[in-house]
Amino acid sequence: MSNIPEDLHYSKDHEWIRVEGDVGTIGITAYAQGKLVDIVFVELPRVGETFEAHQMFGTVESVKATSEVYIPVSGEIVEINETLPDDTEKFKTDPYGEAWMIKVRMKDAGEVNALLSAAEYEDFIKSLPE
Amino acid sequence: MDKATPHITQNEALIFERSQTGRKGYMLPALDVEETPLDELLPPELRRDDQLEGVPELSEVDVVRHFTRISTWNYNIDLGMYPLGSCTMKYNSRLNEKVARIPGFANLHPLAPEEDAQGALEVMYELQQHLSEITGLPAISLQPAAGAHGEMTGVMMIRAFLDARDGVGEDDKPRRNVMLIPDSAHGTNPASAHLSGFTVKTIRSTSEGLTDLEHLRELCASGDVAGLMLTNPNTVGIFERNIREICRHIHDAGGLVYMDGANMNALVGVARPGDMGVDVIHLNLHKTFSTPHGGGGPGSGPCCCTSELEPFLPVPRVARQGESFRFVYDRPQSIGRVKAFYGNFGMHLRALSYILTHGNEGLREATEAAVLNARFIAHGLADTFDKPFDSPPMHEVLFTDKRQSRKGVHTLDIAKRLIDYGFHPMTIYFPLIVQGAMLIEPTESVGRQELQQFVDAMKEITREALEDPDTVLNAPHTTRIGRLDEATAARKPILRWKPDEKAANA
Repeated sequence: MSNIPEDLHYSKDHEWIRVEGDVGTIGITAYAQGKLVDIVFVELPRVGETFEAHQMFGTVESVKATSEVYIPVSGEIVEINETLPDDTEKFKTDPYGEAWMIKVRMKDAGEVNALLSAAEYEDFIKSLPE
Repeated sequence: MDKATPHITQNEALIFERSQTGRKGYMLPALDVEETPLDELLPPELRRDDQLEGVPELSEVDVVRHFTRISTWNYNIDLGMYPLGSCTMKYNSRLNEKVARIPGFANLHPLAPEEDAQGALEVMYELQQHLSEITGLPAISLQPAAGAHGEMTGVMMIRAFLDARDGVGEDDKPRRNVMLIPDSAHGTNPASAHLSGFTVKTIRSTSEGLTDLEHLRELCASGDVAGLMLTNPNTVGIFERNIREICRHIHDAGGLVYMDGANMNALVGVARPGDMGVDVIHLNLHKTFSTPHGGGGPGSGPCCCTSELEPFLPVPRVARQGESFRFVYDRPQSIGRVKAFYGNFGMHLRALSYILTHGNEGLREATEAAVLNARFIAHGLADTFDKPFDSPPMHEVLFTDKRQSRKGVHTLDIAKRLIDYGFHPMTIYFPLIVQGAMLIEPTESVGRQELQQFVDAMKEITREALEDPDTVLNAPHTTRIGRLDEATAARKPILRWKPDEKAANA
């Protein structure tokens, strides 16, 4: 089964978030990148932009299609992974580490509670059609 | 060993790699005037001093053969069926080409005085009349140079109309700014809306593949609706049967309806967007009206609209005055010019030739044949491929790789394998709302025999996917170059030849 670290929170749009204090680090799951096959292009927001939870914050493009990426929590972008666009293979090699996309200062840390746990996310992707 | 001339079925070196230092492809006669020192003509600091490094040095015949050989590699509509969904790759008849080459048209200067260009003006006027009748919309500009250009023209006209109607600029009244676009739309729709300053809101599709009326009503109720951009038949190949109701909702909400005419090949001679309540539409002459397409020539995306929108059409307009024709520039509310001169006139000639050679009955017959052909494929493959929506398709049919992907064979693999069977692949992974989409549009230009061959090839590929998936996964096998590594091509593209690379690799 897919690689789903225990210590992260997940959205049904296949983003993960790692919470440290009031900062959340966000990327897309191994399952999502597996579905997209080879990601070749990534578009990230600018530092300082603010988003409401579930708004689109960027896109990832594979040789098949472009997919929108949604922010799981509200807040302000404090850092983006600037090297990621030049090394999109990281999505495959280290989806929960080097392939982080953005860091966001969360407006309401409570929003994380509405997301899925690793076990819930695993059940969720099992329920999806092949 | 390097071959002097590779056979045309073999790969071809880059022209740079065929260069030989010092070779010249020309011979000049002896100088019979006094020589002017080069420095007097061009100062040394403006001249390159690298001995033209990297500029290929070849003889004329080498150059001719190189490009002629490469030209035989193109797949084109004159070679075979081209079932790209959403593209209407129909045959462009030789007669259209002959008409476009009539010297009086082909050699006419765009700045020739109106009185010397009456024939050309009449062609444009005539074409406008026909397109007006076909769309049921009275006013037309032939200027836009392609589909997306026609879209943007239409959306800019909506902007101008709303601003004039709502009095924007007085008391800083906010503009209506929301453009509604179904999630199945061509990507150019939101792009055109965005470029014209609109905010895009997406309408969901129903499980039947139609625009979700409930969601449309909700979005209309939230206010600020400037318009809707809708393709009909939509991009899953299904006719939006609630089109009148959809248009009524948008009009009641104070907005206008723009129709993307990409799929008009399902409607010409049978149903008219103007009668459905559409306010403005673009047509792709290079799709629906057979002018060259896909590398074969420039596009043409005329914009047709209601009389309410007419004042906002681009200038110049082509008008009739008694027995003569002229350009009209005096349209103060016009959005202005969207293209140099009058659009791609050569395409206007071909489209008019297409319309006149078909006639009313012929245009209808072409539409019926286009739909029948798509349904032939839909029927032939119904047991082989998953069809995401039940409704009978119009001019194009949508399948997915759901069944084949259980064996690890995906849409891309099926498309690549089709090449081995001699077919240009269908459109893949569009529309985006359908996973593993394969969108097949045979057009009316394909006969029953070839349709059957296509169906047989698709069935055969499915059999291979089950019994021998590697054959499909590694396709194509019969081409000059096999499966391309698209990921590396996108990540590390080599965009040009560089002089030192050959030496470095040697």
